[in-house]
Amino acid sequence: MALLDIRNVTRRFGALAAVDKVSIAIEAGEFFTLLGPSGCGKTTLLRMIAGFDLPDAGEILLDGRDMAGIPPERRPIHTVFQSYALFPHMTVSQNIAFPLKMAGKTPDEVRGKVREALELVHLEEKGAHLPHELSGGQKQRVALARSLVNRPRVLLLDEPLGALDAKLREEMQIELISLQRDVGVTFVFVTHAQTEALALSHRIAVMNAGRVEQLDEPSKIYGLPANRFVADFIGNCNMLDADVVEASPNGLRLNVKGLGEMTAPPREGARSGDRGVLALRPEQVRIVAPDSHQDLKNHFTGRVHDFLYGGDVTTYIVELPNGTRIEALLPNSAPGRATFFEVGDAVRVAWRHDAGNFLRD
Amino acid sequence: MIKPRAETITRWLVSGPPFAFLLIFFALPSLIMVVASFRYPGEFGGLAPLAAGKPDEEAGLTVENYRIFFGDWIYFQILAKSFGVALLTTLVCLLMAYPLALLIARSPRRHRDLMVLLVVLPFASNFLVRVYAWMIILGDQSIFLRPFNYVLAKFGGEPLSLLFSGFAVIVGMVYVHLPFMILPLYTNLEKHDPVLLDAAQDLGANAWNRFWRVTFPLSLPGVFSGAALVFIPVLGMFAIPEILGGKDDWMVGNMIKEAFLGTRDWPFGSMLSIMLTLAVLAVAGLAAWLAKKGTARA
Repeated sequence: MALLDIRNVTRRFGALAAVDKVSIAIEAGEFFTLLGPSGCGKTTLLRMIAGFDLPDAGEILLDGRDMAGIPPERRPIHTVFQSYALFPHMTVSQNIAFPLKMAGKTPDEVRGKVREALELVHLEEKGAHLPHELSGGQKQRVALARSLVNRPRVLLLDEPLGALDAKLREEMQIELISLQRDVGVTFVFVTHAQTEALALSHRIAVMNAGRVEQLDEPSKIYGLPANRFVADFIGNCNMLDADVVEASPNGLRLNVKGLGEMTAPPREGARSGDRGVLALRPEQVRIVAPDSHQDLKNHFTGRVHDFLYGGDVTTYIVELPNGTRIEALLPNSAPGRATFFEVGDAVRVAWRHDAGNFLRD
Repeated sequence: MIKPRAETITRWLVSGPPFAFLLIFFALPSLIMVVASFRYPGEFGGLAPLAAGKPDEEAGLTVENYRIFFGDWIYFQILAKSFGVALLTTLVCLLMAYPLALLIARSPRRHRDLMVLLVVLPFASNFLVRVYAWMIILGDQSIFLRPFNYVLAKFGGEPLSLLFSGFAVIVGMVYVHLPFMILPLYTNLEKHDPVLLDAAQDLGANAWNRFWRVTFPLSLPGVFSGAALVFIPVLGMFAIPEILGGKDDWMVGNMIKEAFLGTRDWPFGSMLSIMLTLAVLAVAGLAAWLAKKGTARA
């Protein structure tokens, strides 16, 4: 039995269904992420799990028990808020002691657990400080310690890294993973940042317009996107309009608009005549000089339209003669790599016969 | 860092006039009052000359006024009673204003301005008119009191009289000063981040604990400024005890007024004013010390 079972949950605001018949089963000990653009319903779903909002239809079960009618303060579920929501008039220790006092723990127990929690987040020295004396990362850690100190069944995290700068965010991601492993509490993490979701999660539910578009492991979400939305939202993707000419268990033959026939990996449910797109990740597209030897089956010549130098990699936007633009990623560490392509250079782009995914419309 | 000259000049230009105003109309008169409290009263009010014109004339400086004050319990009692009335008024105002301020602060934003307007609306009519209105409300012929006394008489009870009593004074004081408690409280409560209450609830706090451990401690600055805005004016108030109170309900303000306008003993009135000011300063100092001790411990 799943620890947290969300069954057919719907929440409407007027005519709009913010959450639309969502069913998700989250297992104990999992680091689960709800990923989607703002307004996709992920925060509404989180508030319903916490108890601040109630579903119009469907049910939320924790350990098999229906949570309907149980107010937030009586749910063994805690939340780390985006703004941390530390109590400004209480010291770090008093903040962490708050849930313990509310649970009626004895002063001795409170002292011991607060000390443990401070150690857990490496803030032993900061117990007597007030929140406004802390840095962003330290506040974040206090919020985590406070939410974890009495070991909830589920910890909800509402875009907790959103307010941190890029460098600190990366550090906190690593801390979050080890923290979750150490305490073994189930994390439900809400974010719109796809790299964060891919880096942290055991499983991800990609949400859009109140529905779950795909629910899977990060590598599957990235490598085998279920549809156009997921492919487009997670990472960058070239989308080439295509029809299926022939479908077989060994692969697909596609007619890509303006480029002609080519092969693609097999896709369950794809039939000849289907319309859709060939979704191709930029790192799957190789970019070489036009006269160099080319052993890949799918290859086309074009010109560099523009490029973005990213340090570790450079993203080239190559325009093909028919006007199609394809993004290709070139690692700057590639062996023998001495020259950069410039805007206007003639180049050749190529990809393996089994690269990309056909996504039906 | 050396400040640019223009900035220094601007600073003086801006802060100079109010500074001069306070110096001329507050600091100087206070000083005059201190001196006056050590002088003799003039024959027909005002002050006696500093140098004697005739041999038996009272002139120069004296501590006689302070000797009278410390020589009779009555002055201390009236001062203490004034503090009692001020304290009680402040407490009643706080208990009445807090729920209202909370209600306004948690109302939809578009309703708040209207509610605040309603709170300050009484200021649109004259203070004395409003206090006299209470004479009618609390008087023996009051439409509120008459039915009550009628029923009371049926059961053989003595009719209740409310006007010219300590009760009427407190009612009047609370009525007049309530907005001064509501406004600072509302200003404070309105700034509270609602997510803190969500966090408290999420961490297991019921409605009482959310109020007592989060909302109330965060509102203390508002409570203190409201309390000061009520306590200090009430302490010096003379009109309300005079209109709504009996002779036993005199406060220090009435004594000061009487000294200046009744017996025309300016030095004695000055002395009372100074004692009142010192008492207020002592209380304020004590409160500040307690507040500092409180934060140091927390």
